[in-house]
Amino acid sequence: MIEFRDLSKIYGSGEAQVKALDHVDFQVDRGEFVAVMGPSGSGKSTTMNIIGCLDTPSAGQYLLMGQEVGAFDRDQRALLRRNFLGFIFQGFNLLSRTTALENVELPLVYQGVPADERRERARAALDKVGLLARADHKPSELSGGQQQRVAIARAIVTRPALILADEPTGNLDSARSREIMELLQGLNRAEGMTVLMVTHEPDMAEYASRIAVFAYGRLQSDTRNAA
Amino acid sequence: MLLETFRLALLTVARNKLRSFLTVLGIVIGVASVIAMVTVGQGSTQRVQSDVASLGSNLLMIRPGQPGRGPGGGQNDAPSLTAQDVEALLTDIPDLVAATPSASRTLNAVYGDTTHAVSVTGTDNAYFPVRGWTLQEGRMFSDAELRAGTPVCILGTTTSNALIGEGNPVGITFRLGKITCEVIGLLDKREASTFGQDDNDTVILPLKTFQRRIAGNTNVSAISVTFRDGTTAEEVTPQIQSLMRERRHLTDDQDDNFNVFDMKQISSMLTGITGTLTGLLSAVAAISLLVGGIGIMNIMLVSVTERTREIGIRMAIGATEGQVLLQFLVEAVVLSLIGGFLGVVIGLGLGWAGSSALNVTFVPDWQITGAAFVFSALVGVVFGYFPARRAARLDPIEALRHQ
Repeated sequence: MIEFRDLSKIYGSGEAQVKALDHVDFQVDRGEFVAVMGPSGSGKSTTMNIIGCLDTPSAGQYLLMGQEVGAFDRDQRALLRRNFLGFIFQGFNLLSRTTALENVELPLVYQGVPADERRERARAALDKVGLLARADHKPSELSGGQQQRVAIARAIVTRPALILADEPTGNLDSARSREIMELLQGLNRAEGMTVLMVTHEPDMAEYASRIAVFAYGRLQSDTRNAA
Repeated sequence: MLLETFRLALLTVARNKLRSFLTVLGIVIGVASVIAMVTVGQGSTQRVQSDVASLGSNLLMIRPGQPGRGPGGGQNDAPSLTAQDVEALLTDIPDLVAATPSASRTLNAVYGDTTHAVSVTGTDNAYFPVRGWTLQEGRMFSDAELRAGTPVCILGTTTSNALIGEGNPVGITFRLGKITCEVIGLLDKREASTFGQDDNDTVILPLKTFQRRIAGNTNVSAISVTFRDGTTAEEVTPQIQSLMRERRHLTDDQDDNFNVFDMKQISSMLTGITGTLTGLLSAVAAISLLVGGIGIMNIMLVSVTERTREIGIRMAIGATEGQVLLQFLVEAVVLSLIGGFLGVVIGLGLGWAGSSALNVTFVPDWQITGAAFVFSALVGVVFGYFPARRAARLDPIEALRHQ
């Protein structure tokens, strides 16, 4: 599914050069639920950005589903994100002035799905996260946990192969966090979606099937959870 | 997708009504002024042209006063024209086919409870063919009426409508200033006006009636003459000038104290002035459109900065550069089209109001209207492109981090 081959990412140049990722080899198979951990500056955010096709490696190779992404231009990477990836952010990142339903429909708009089918699929996705009743509410009318569930619905509405979650519970209390994690775990187990999640919280990492820890731009440890 | 983008742009514009309105104000003013200018300008041009047509061909007008001051200029110190001048002109200049004296002033016409201010002209029967008038009801003046100065009159359609409403006014009597006057005829309506006045709002009396009972003198304020085909105003005018100098006892070292106007020449001059003015004002309006475009660019740049995070989200979800560009470009075009539409509506309204105020025909020019509309859309594309491209080129990671 995901393969880093001797991948490096370097920011800046000369004296101010920072090696965010330093010759990393990393692999994720289809159907895994991986928690990526590590202190800030360890390279985990860079890892997520590269996997999410938002950034490109400075050296080495990144293969997504067998395709070398490093050679792709911006629009080709946009198409990869549109068709194969779903993003969940710490800050939810919903469009504030549109309803929950419209937010969930948005990826389908870019895919060019006709309006009727779009509505249908967006409602199904909202139903899956248990928020169909709130379809016409704007983000400001929803609680944090509800907003994150709308964001999850938006991420899964295109049936992506891979879900990338960047500290999805960072802004939520522990009860709400557990709900979100159970939802992600369910998607991973029942729908077979591959999930990659950055988190600071060991409690949340326990939901994953595998924990990868980064430090100083390298993969420090990679352990499988006994489920 | 494009339809969706338009819908989205409309929603965004509608969400920020005040800001959107202020943004498009420049475009509105630009388009509205172009259309208003052109509409009124064309109306005036058309009116001047139809005025000339309605005055009949081969027409010259003689008025007392110093030359070179335009119609009605400097009459005070010049001796008036007389009815005898008319006869002398016809006798001594064979090129003239008709000559008619006229004297005018504005009086109140009263019929029942209705009072109506109207232009009153004393003249003779030659006035009708010379000025291109025909009767739809009644008759012209009889020789006896002309000689005796009988209080009979012929009405224009506007005057008739003002006094008695629809219908035939022949046979009624009404008060005109201090006299009582019987209506013997009704002029045909004509779609023209002489330099701002409705031609159809007129009362025509025998010259003697006017001089004796209204003016109290024997003055003639203008003589209209027509010359035969095959000769020109340039040939006839010097003959008239030398005859009039003789009749007015002017010595060689004295200037003319009368004018001979060629109405066609005046009208082409007026048309030229109107054209130049329209051109100049349209140039000012075009600059206003340009300024309006810069306003749109400015607000779109602000909008891109404000919505950086939104752009980041859209990109993460899979919007391509082209789609982000299109979104902001369409938004700018929608803004400018709304401005253009408002401008067209306001411009046509102003044009209509201006035309009525100046008493000219309302001539909406659909070509200019269409062009102004298209041009405003173009302004949106041109000035929206730079902000839209800035949005499209944003780095999604940076954009997502933006607060």
